[in-house]
Amino acid sequence: MAAKKMAIIATKGALDMAYPPLILASTAAALGWEVQIFFTFYGLQLLRKDLSGIAISPIGNPAMPMPVPMPVVVSILPGMEAMATSMMKAKMKKKGVASLTELRDLCQEADVKFIACQMTVDLFEFDKSDFIDGIEYGGAAMFMKFAGETDVCLFI
Amino acid sequence: MQFDKEFDASGLACPLPIVKTKKALADMAPGTVLKVVATDPGSVADMAAFAEQTGNALVESGTENNKFVFFLKKA
Repeated sequence: MAAKKMAIIATKGALDMAYPPLILASTAAALGWEVQIFFTFYGLQLLRKDLSGIAISPIGNPAMPMPVPMPVVVSILPGMEAMATSMMKAKMKKKGVASLTELRDLCQEADVKFIACQMTVDLFEFDKSDFIDGIEYGGAAMFMKFAGETDVCLFI
Repeated sequence: MQFDKEFDASGLACPLPIVKTKKALADMAPGTVLKVVATDPGSVADMAAFAEQTGNALVESGTENNKFVFFLKKA
């Protein structure tokens, strides 16, 4: 039986939205699937060598569980994003949730192919040295070639 | 149940029990049995789905000392 295939477009760079592409890709790879992730716009943040800047904001995020009810006016105060991020990371660690770096390493070990969108790399003036090794650069046509052969194709 | 290798996934959350089970199986010979211990309640359904999709048979599963245990026979 030929291996199943999955393509994911990762467009978001916030902490909560960084997880789904990496969780699904690492799991599919463990199941023997061939997987590619196409990182574009803010998703490119997930390819940076240093992921410590990935954050979560309580602003415009009314569904985010908070230890105490927080009025919007409080969530815009300086330092609130850093606080929310460190609280979320601490909670994840306590619950045994992998770090983004660990999940990304597991993906690469399992031969998940990472593709950085060349157009948005240029748009945001990223330098290739900002990104981890072992990634490819390409465009929509390159993505569609693989996406057209997949069993599962997700936009995240 | 007899097993050849044990992998303790206690404390790990999705997807680590599955991803690391796959890694634990990698260097095992076909027909040998891996025992996996996990605390993630999601691993019960996930391990069955993993076995079904990879062909490694889930020969036994249950609980032991309030943890989930799985015995996988390497395909």
